[in-house]
Amino acid sequence: MRIVCPFCGERELGEFTYRGDAKPLRPAAGGSEDDVFDYVYLRDNVAGAMSEHWYHGGGCRAWLKITRNTLTHEISSVEPAAGVGARQTAK
Amino acid sequence: MKYSIFSLARAAFSGHKTWQRTWRDASPKDRYDVVIIGGGGHGLATAWFLASEYGIRNVAVLEKGWIGSGNAGRNTTIIRSNYGLPGNTGFYELSMKLWERMEQDLNYNTMVSQRGVINLYHSDAQRDAYARRGNTLRINGIDAELLDLAAVKKMMPFLNFDNARFPVQGGLLQRRGGTARHDAVVWGYAHAASALGVDIIQNCEVTGFSRDANGKVTGVETSRGTIGAGKVGMAVAGSSSRVAAMAGLRLPIESHVLQAFVSEAIKPLIPNVMTFGAGHFYVSQSDKGGLVFGGDIDGYNSYAQRGNMPVMEDVCEGGMALMPMIGRVRLLRQWGGIMDMSMDGSPIIDKTPVDGLYLNAGWCYGGFKATPGSGLVFAHLLARDEPHKEAARFRLDRFRRGAMIDEKGVGAQPNLH
Repeated sequence: MRIVCPFCGERELGEFTYRGDAKPLRPAAGGSEDDVFDYVYLRDNVAGAMSEHWYHGGGCRAWLKITRNTLTHEISSVEPAAGVGARQTAK
Repeated sequence: MKYSIFSLARAAFSGHKTWQRTWRDASPKDRYDVVIIGGGGHGLATAWFLASEYGIRNVAVLEKGWIGSGNAGRNTTIIRSNYGLPGNTGFYELSMKLWERMEQDLNYNTMVSQRGVINLYHSDAQRDAYARRGNTLRINGIDAELLDLAAVKKMMPFLNFDNARFPVQGGLLQRRGGTARHDAVVWGYAHAASALGVDIIQNCEVTGFSRDANGKVTGVETSRGTIGAGKVGMAVAGSSSRVAAMAGLRLPIESHVLQAFVSEAIKPLIPNVMTFGAGHFYVSQSDKGGLVFGGDIDGYNSYAQRGNMPVMEDVCEGGMALMPMIGRVRLLRQWGGIMDMSMDGSPIIDKTPVDGLYLNAGWCYGGFKATPGSGLVFAHLLARDEPHKEAARFRLDRFRRGAMIDEKGVGAQPNLH
């Protein structure tokens, strides 16, 4: 697997750290116990195309949102995760 | 068929042409008391314990490929019972005791070799942690010995003792640990279960569950038709989330790939199973001479049964740190298996919220050594509808209750366990 970082270009996998499924969103501060349990512990564990967060610690140190197929490891899109990186590329 | 020195001698006189198939390749019947999904070590062991310990013989094991084609054929064959937390300690020792009598129980040579497992330590702090773990084992009646540097040098003089960054200082040894022949474990359970009437059905993929009006599972839909069942047990680690999703369940599990490696054959070198404590590297030497080794999971969700280069490099660096001379040994084979990584690194053996559906999942790296214990406690759950006392903490609801069994203490981040 190689990842084409939108800031650094194509880099080898060892430069990146995996965070996991990008779908679970932290519940609001007043969220119910069920919502928090769901967010922390339960996973769709997708077999197929999955949107996920990766960190380019060995390069630009940006958080990336990557769509990758868990059955084949094929990466179909790489974009900056919400935040500073996304704002920079939006300019 | 019964195996013995006499059956071996008889077959030898006829040129070994009289051996029969050791288990029966069955076709599905309409209905079984218990259907086990997954013809790996755990599923077959469960069926055998159901038939032999609990008297339930109208049992089918469904396997989508051929038996042993999943993680039972993709591990590094290590057996040990040196876990430190309540829940794990007793369960893995139960499993270890079953390994010690497996060949007699099954009448099958599973090549259980208690050659010892040694975890090397490389700092004072790590020695203290290992001493504590060893004491935990000993007060639970499990063997453990803390070796100093001189004892390790005597046992394994070939290690690099001049590593300035990660000097070997000693090790924690479990002499009863070792290895077993992974395929023979699958065939042995198939042999013994089949002899008691269990149907082992291959090329039979489960595609859904049959449910009655109350939602109770009444059978499984498969590629070979509908099969009715009083109870259905899942033993499909690696694919647990996918099968559970057919019953509308979401699990506290992510599927990750773990790689393993075999080198070309070399002369006898490594007398035991050993682990490098400053990284993640474990190795033994097979009877054919190959070094069988592995390390960390790759760290990203995967169902692909293959891994990537960075982890391969990391694992080999761990090996080189201990034994620089293996740098000239060529890698022969490398493969990946799909691990059910649970949210605390420990397994789940429990009823599910769906009536009639039982779960055996979340084995992380630990599935092979657990095979006989897992079979016994899962059979107990299926037969009695209550957990076996050594599996009483492996509940599905423990994450909600905050009763995690987290050996590494890293929290709900499956790729760090």
